[in-house]
Amino acid sequence: MVKKTEGFWKRLGIGQLAIPLTAMALLFLFNLIRDPGFFEVVVNTNNSGNPVLGGNLISVINSASELAIISMGMTLVTAACGGQDISVGAVGAISASVFIKLLIGMGNINAGTLIAAALACVATAVAFMLFNGTLVSVFKIQPMIATLILYSCGRSIAYWITGSATPQVDSPIITAIGMTIPGIPVPTPVFMVILVGLILAVIFKRTNTTLYTQSVGINERAARLNGISPVAVKMLTFGLLGMCVAVASIIATCRMSQVSHKTILVDIEMDAILAVAIGGNSLGGGKFRMSGSILGAYIITMLTVTLLAMGINSVNIKAYKAVVIIIIVAAGSPAIKRWIAAWKRRKSAGEKDAAVKGGAAS
Amino acid sequence: MQNDVVLTMRGISKQFPGTKALDHVDFTLRRGEIHALMGENGAGKSTLIKVLTGVYEKDGGSIHIEGIEGEAAIHSPQDAQNAGISTVYQEITLCPNLTVAENMFIGRTDGAIVHWKDYEKKATAILENLGIPARARQELSSCSLAVQQMVAIGRAVDMNCKVLILDEPTSSLDEKEVAMLFKLMRELRSRGVGIIFVTHFLEQVYEVSDRITVLRNGELVGEFEVSELPQLELVARMMGKSLDDLSELEKIDKHVPTDTETVYEASGLSSVARKPFDFQIRRGEINGFTGLLGSGRSESVRAIFGADSVTGGRVRIKGKEVRITNPHEAMKNGVGYLPEDRKRDGIIADLSVRDNIILALQVMKGYFKPMKKSEMEKFADEYIRELNIKTASQNTPVGSLSGGNQQKVILARWLLTHPDYLILDEPTRGIDVGTKLEIQRLMLKLAEENMSVTFISSEIEEMLRTCFRLIVMRDGNTVGELTGDQLTQSQVMETIAGGEAQHG
Repeated sequence: MVKKTEGFWKRLGIGQLAIPLTAMALLFLFNLIRDPGFFEVVVNTNNSGNPVLGGNLISVINSASELAIISMGMTLVTAACGGQDISVGAVGAISASVFIKLLIGMGNINAGTLIAAALACVATAVAFMLFNGTLVSVFKIQPMIATLILYSCGRSIAYWITGSATPQVDSPIITAIGMTIPGIPVPTPVFMVILVGLILAVIFKRTNTTLYTQSVGINERAARLNGISPVAVKMLTFGLLGMCVAVASIIATCRMSQVSHKTILVDIEMDAILAVAIGGNSLGGGKFRMSGSILGAYIITMLTVTLLAMGINSVNIKAYKAVVIIIIVAAGSPAIKRWIAAWKRRKSAGEKDAAVKGGAAS
Repeated sequence: MQNDVVLTMRGISKQFPGTKALDHVDFTLRRGEIHALMGENGAGKSTLIKVLTGVYEKDGGSIHIEGIEGEAAIHSPQDAQNAGISTVYQEITLCPNLTVAENMFIGRTDGAIVHWKDYEKKATAILENLGIPARARQELSSCSLAVQQMVAIGRAVDMNCKVLILDEPTSSLDEKEVAMLFKLMRELRSRGVGIIFVTHFLEQVYEVSDRITVLRNGELVGEFEVSELPQLELVARMMGKSLDDLSELEKIDKHVPTDTETVYEASGLSSVARKPFDFQIRRGEINGFTGLLGSGRSESVRAIFGADSVTGGRVRIKGKEVRITNPHEAMKNGVGYLPEDRKRDGIIADLSVRDNIILALQVMKGYFKPMKKSEMEKFADEYIRELNIKTASQNTPVGSLSGGNQQKVILARWLLTHPDYLILDEPTRGIDVGTKLEIQRLMLKLAEENMSVTFISSEIEEMLRTCFRLIVMRDGNTVGELTGDQLTQSQVMETIAGGEAQHG
């Protein structure tokens, strides 16, 4: 019964990942032609004499961590609500402030105080995200508008918490989280991405999160008539996004060993939304593929690092990035997809015609 | 006589892919008359209106309008308006946040500079003239729905309209508001406006109309003077039966079981969309709500399932009092519901056939107990086979299936939950005849297997063929209950039209 005409990508189980994978491959190819040295991975020694990996690739994988984690949560919110949360950066600033103030307040930084501060950080981010979730699910405010509130005032809240200063911490534990663990040359944030990915994978495996979010995102009325509570599902996705934001804010704090309410996780909301879109997910909600968004996050970072390596200054980078992103997003747009489908139909029709003519001739 | 005619439509045809929506339909509207356009769902009323208002291009036929030489060329809503045809739709298409005067003149001011003061004066004059209880400077949203409707009519009338189309204008109005609207309609009639009145409410037709044109299946049944067409005959004409030709249908043994337990019982159940009603169903019984569209039959079952907000009443499941205020509670109590609007309320279009089939069962099992994939595949395969669902694979998105197969998927979804009581609201609408029969046969089989079924269909024959008991509704009220020998077309129509059903 299964049709044999399914596309090459579909048979490979790739589907919507075709475009992001192609984009990533092209970025690799471009760098390979431009400067093969881009891919060099070196082993450096850090200040405390431990080996750490370096080079552009490692830099991509490392610095994409916060974005990759937040993109995962953003994917879920997008799928269920058909809209995006633009307050993730600001809420991240709040939870980071809570995290660092508690660490400083407790004085001695050890595993115990660290876990306590981290838990408080997660609780804070989740609470703020549930506030957004309430506006979206109960009050039915468009996600972009609902989250505009915390987007505009979140960093002021962070400023109150940090007490107008730029609090700093200095501890080997913090460096171990933000940079590398002594003896392990791979940057720790990379492991954090894997950890969050695994936690989400377990949640997806053990619960009906995927089915519920997709159902609510595709047809909320039908989902309700099948006993799913759209409010609960939307709250759940915002809660999970809160968890992701908290982890990202911890990474960002530990990376710098300080929190500046102005710059921490700044502009990350736009990149996260972009990552979701580049991953082939509809920003209108419904079906989603988490792997696409994660891939999207790494493409964006790869692009940034490539442009930096080309010596373009950080102010101009945004313009160059925009051009590439227009191309990727347009390639996955419905209009282009229709053109490609029409072109394929014409081509196969042409082949059939040729076959018929050939048959008649013989 | 001929001079009175403002609008003549002759031999209007309109073809859609797969269906003939209008087949050589004639329609004549005279000056100063209220002309009701009647017909069941899909009879072609709205297609005819849309051809007249330029939303659709007709495929054949001609339209003549008084004061226009030769054939009227109507290719867009703008053309229609210029020709003197105005439409007021069921949903208000005005801007609620503008004032009454702004709404009446928006889009028809001349030049770049607008003197709103003048327009307010003009608006006040029109409102007073027509007796519409609104002030020109009042924000539209502060008026009641009926008054908003009347403002829309006022706007249309001021645009020098000869033909005013009112498409279901009363469906969201209460009785007092309807009376207000009718007063305005009569006022306009006395001024010589020709009014086309589209509605599902029979009594309103008889209250206000002069003539009735009946359509059925895209064809003209006839044009009648209201005084010459009794209500019962109108219902018969709409359903396409002549009164003499109402022979009894073949009968299976369809006695309401009296010895089985009452599976579901409601007393005084009401929702935001349904007035309080009593209802019960026994194990192995098939019953149905019948009545014309808009009579409240869907609202009744939605109240039972908790699909609309339940506002009162007591519900017993197998004798035990329970609370059902949302679909999840209904499902937990063994009630399933296949909704009327398959696309909007039923399918999750982008999800696979498999996910759509297991959805309700999965929700009942709970959030923390996802089924194994192999289990889902087994269930999906089983029901695809059993209900003969035509799909490329179980991974195919359900939205790409034909309507009949989509309906079977939703049916499979509920059968999989093994409900005690299954509600099927229009399961046969818009699907082919073969599938319709399959679904009817399936219902009888389910009843034999001791499931209770409530069935709603716009096609009365289907209900007579399957139901043991019919609850007849009109304008939101239960007006009769038919069992046994009373289950005949004539009896149903008489009850709908206002005759009293003999209980017994």
